[in-house]
Amino acid sequence: MDHRLYWIPQLLLLLPFAVAGFAYLFGIIHTTRRQRPWPVFRTCFWFAGSVFAIISVAGPIAILAHDSFFFHMLGHLLLGMLAPLLMVLGAPVTLLLRALSVANAKRVSRFLRSRPFSLLSDPSFAGILNIGGLWVLYTTGLYQAMHHSIFLHVFIHLHVFIAGYVFTAAMVYIDPTPHRAGYRYRASILLLALAGHAILAKYLYAHPPAQVHVADAEAGSMLMYYGGDLIDAFLIFLVCLQWYKAARPSVLHTSHHASRGVKKQPTSS
Amino acid sequence: MYKDYPVTVQYASRNLWSGFLFGLGLIAFFDEAVFHQLLHWHHFYDKSTTSIGLVSDGFFHAFSWFATIGGLFLVADLRRRNAWYIKRWWGGVLTGAGLFQLYDGTIQHKLWRLHQIRYHVDILPYDLVWNITACLILLAGLIMVVRTRPKVKEEK
Repeated sequence: MDHRLYWIPQLLLLLPFAVAGFAYLFGIIHTTRRQRPWPVFRTCFWFAGSVFAIISVAGPIAILAHDSFFFHMLGHLLLGMLAPLLMVLGAPVTLLLRALSVANAKRVSRFLRSRPFSLLSDPSFAGILNIGGLWVLYTTGLYQAMHHSIFLHVFIHLHVFIAGYVFTAAMVYIDPTPHRAGYRYRASILLLALAGHAILAKYLYAHPPAQVHVADAEAGSMLMYYGGDLIDAFLIFLVCLQWYKAARPSVLHTSHHASRGVKKQPTSS
Repeated sequence: MYKDYPVTVQYASRNLWSGFLFGLGLIAFFDEAVFHQLLHWHHFYDKSTTSIGLVSDGFFHAFSWFATIGGLFLVADLRRRNAWYIKRWWGGVLTGAGLFQLYDGTIQHKLWRLHQIRYHVDILPYDLVWNITACLILLAGLIMVVRTRPKVKEEK
């Protein structure tokens, strides 16, 4: 790709995030008008995620990524892992349902319960979409081809974000999720995905994609390995935290032997 | 099964598993922090690594990361149930740590040649210290686990 044309993919990739940002603001205004204020921390998560997504697709990191595997990988961590995690915490679907009229909100929730959507929220499907996509990108000629085609460049970057978002949303349930998977299943898939990510990172250390210099590949793959760990730690933490809340004991034991003979007292009035 | 027993007995196996997972994660974290990052003895990648070694490393890396965090959430869960049996938990920690150390030192380092403990030195003393330490930790852990196992009396 001619470097004079770099602005085209940057603009094309920036637009969806900018539009989503305005839509989110519009949603906040709508729901606040109906006396249902939207939590500030959700807004912060959403816009922090949007900022990380935008700086990874437009600006200095995006430009350096055309020639450097290391900066490509930095952009990938921000676009495919950090931005999706923060944006999932922004609970956009909850905001959408609140901002819409009752009739339209019902239509949306019917769509969320539909069969195609259940596939998207299945951890296995999301995991294959996410980690499988990475293996295809870096172990075939796709990574090299991406540098010569604006269409491929835009498509792959959108895929990295969407796959990251779908995967994160399939692991932690912030928004309404009609098709819920159990904790064991989600933890197993998360484990497989983490392993797939770590194995790919070390594989790339030894087998750099075509036209990537050895030192660049080594720096990039180590960033992928350790940077991925750092962001995944938060994802693991959130999955465990949701389990911890869900597994809350119904009767709290007050001493080591309190469980003996404790019976629920009927509340008398 | 142990409904009429103290909570530490009811949750004996959760204490063991929580410790085991945390111990495994802890030793893997120690390995990464000390031998990879501080001493620079271990290499990120060694050219003689077999494919199965790479896969094993990836899975253990992922598992240990998950186990550290998940193991501590299990401790939090045991604590809110007043069921944290610290001695048994420590038995689990040592068993997990010793087992991973031994697996890393024998199968991963020697059989699958993931990387060696240190380079450009006579490796034998390093391997011996590594694996004997692993066995001692494992043995200490197993003894603690056996000694803290729940004693279930027959119902009268």
